[in-house]
Amino acid sequence: MSAELLSDTPSESSAHSAKMVPKPLALEMLRRMLLIRIFEEHAVHIRTTSDAMPGFVHIAIGQEAEIVGACLALRQDDYITGNHRSHGHPIAKGAELGPLMAELLGKKTGVCRGKGGSMHLASFAVGSLGESGIVGSLMPVAVGAGLSAQMRGTDQVCLCFFGDGGANCGPFHESLNLAAIWRLPVIFLCENNGYATTTSQTSATAVPHIASRADAYGIPGNIVDGQNVIAVYESVSAAVRRARAGDGPTLIEAKTYRYREHAEFEMVLPRYRSEREMSHWLRRDPIDEFTEHLLTSARVSGAEVEALRAAANAEVEAAVEFAESSPMPGPEELLQHLFK
Amino acid sequence: MRQLTYSEAAVEAICTEMRRDERVFVMGEDVRATPYANVLHEFNSGRIRNTPISEAGFIGAGIGAALTGMRPVVEAAYSPFLYSAMDQIVSQAAKSRYMFGGQANVPLVIRAVVAYTVAAAAHHSDRPWGIFAQIPGLKIVVPATPYDAKGLLKSALRDGNPVICFDDLTLLGQRGDVPEDEYTVPIGVADIKRAGSDLTIVSIAAAVQHSLAAAECLRQEGIEVEVVDIRSVVPLDRATVLDSVAKTGRLLIVDPAPLTCGLAAEIAATVASEGFHSLKAPIARLTAPDIPVPFSPSLECLMYPTVQSITAAARNLHRTH
Repeated sequence: MSAELLSDTPSESSAHSAKMVPKPLALEMLRRMLLIRIFEEHAVHIRTTSDAMPGFVHIAIGQEAEIVGACLALRQDDYITGNHRSHGHPIAKGAELGPLMAELLGKKTGVCRGKGGSMHLASFAVGSLGESGIVGSLMPVAVGAGLSAQMRGTDQVCLCFFGDGGANCGPFHESLNLAAIWRLPVIFLCENNGYATTTSQTSATAVPHIASRADAYGIPGNIVDGQNVIAVYESVSAAVRRARAGDGPTLIEAKTYRYREHAEFEMVLPRYRSEREMSHWLRRDPIDEFTEHLLTSARVSGAEVEALRAAANAEVEAAVEFAESSPMPGPEELLQHLFK
Repeated sequence: MRQLTYSEAAVEAICTEMRRDERVFVMGEDVRATPYANVLHEFNSGRIRNTPISEAGFIGAGIGAALTGMRPVVEAAYSPFLYSAMDQIVSQAAKSRYMFGGQANVPLVIRAVVAYTVAAAAHHSDRPWGIFAQIPGLKIVVPATPYDAKGLLKSALRDGNPVICFDDLTLLGQRGDVPEDEYTVPIGVADIKRAGSDLTIVSIAAAVQHSLAAAECLRQEGIEVEVVDIRSVVPLDRATVLDSVAKTGRLLIVDPAPLTCGLAAEIAATVASEGFHSLKAPIARLTAPDIPVPFSPSLECLMYPTVQSITAAARNLHRTH
């Protein structure tokens, strides 16, 4: 087994930072993290207890803080691109949950009309330009969205989510170089959860920290604690300000962890993550940590948290109900949507 | 009517569209040196941009720009350079609209030079329209004249879907009539370049010109050949081909790309299944062999259909019962 992945313990700065973020924003951070967590728990449940969710499903539980901290640093009209661990990205960007869940079930009411499934979610209405089953494949596309914003003279930005696995493939390098030479408004956010399927980031990457690759492209590279939603929010916000000012792209590496397997498999993989490592990261549950900080700093009451949680539960349950009661697409849809 | 070369006509198409629509822009390796050197003064530098050697990066960037309101033209210096961006072209350009249930539009034009017969050797000399035709979600056009180059490129830029335009190198310097007035050539419509009643030749790119020359030879022998310029590989104009074979009963398909699983195979299968009762003789295909392109001119000259080999094949087909 490769070297264990153990993050630094959280500093006091996150508690301090929690005081600096306006309360409505802090509550929205918590709300969106809860939406992702509860949505994913329902997805796991449906997947493991029925045949309703076929195909390949990759769950983002444990990564909610880096997803939400990043997306809440963006405007509604900014863009995101993602990868196969896709559900959290459009949720954090503000997409409606019903069509997302319906898409996972292949329903006609799905956000992609059942044509995409879990790995290929997109919600153009909220600037989510797509998720991809091919690692690294959307990185150049994110660069293009940034190019488009620059050419059209808007100050939109594009945030590109990719994993530690994506940092080693060709398109990563081509994308960072192109965004750098043209000073494009792109934020490259590496969701480093330590593993590409079963292969550790440390064994697969020539440098210990992916953020250091920013030097090769002459752009800023920052490491951030991916379990700390405020830290991610602040780091991405700074990168967004840079991008909007025309100063070009930034590479951010969020150190995070996925609590479940790479994908919801039937088969059991040989152990490749130690108990010690897993329990270390489980103690760093981003939702528990943030909730505790909010309560400890007395910005939020226990009642408010419970109300938020109940509302999030209700919203996800309504989405599941919507999805489960929706029809599947009919044969007439098979050949539609190929060309405009 | 004034005459332009194919290359001039293509540049005119793109510049006309750039003037008309500020969303159109061009990027690719060395595009500011060729072929756009003479028009740089007219557009700000961001609209004609040189890229680093990173096809996956800049073709993908073209896709991203197309998804978000721009209409890029991305130019590959040689058609095999597209292979470096295969994932972008297939997974993103071709599949996004379908896979995202119609949310995405990818109004992207990719131009690629098809260099062959010029000792450019294996890595530069592919004729890959058949490869890309197997990817649902891409349109593919291959003009054979300056008139069609301008008209098809204008259509491609207005189509709203990903379109690959392959430019046959051996045609780039050829002159032809090109109207100054506004016109387009529809994608997905073949063109009968020469009417005839005895035998149909369907061909593509420079093979259209060779087939027309072969038709002139055969006219002397009393054989009237109909030459169909397929113009678009996707969508494929099967109706025009079937109508022609219904008239002549004999079909020769001439394609300088390799034989197996190519355009000629698709046209042959279409006619065999939907035009069977029109046929007076088996369908014939004249293509390149299934090999990479050799460097030595004494070998490369054996690769592609020529006026002589097309004439011989058509004559043989005409005699077959």
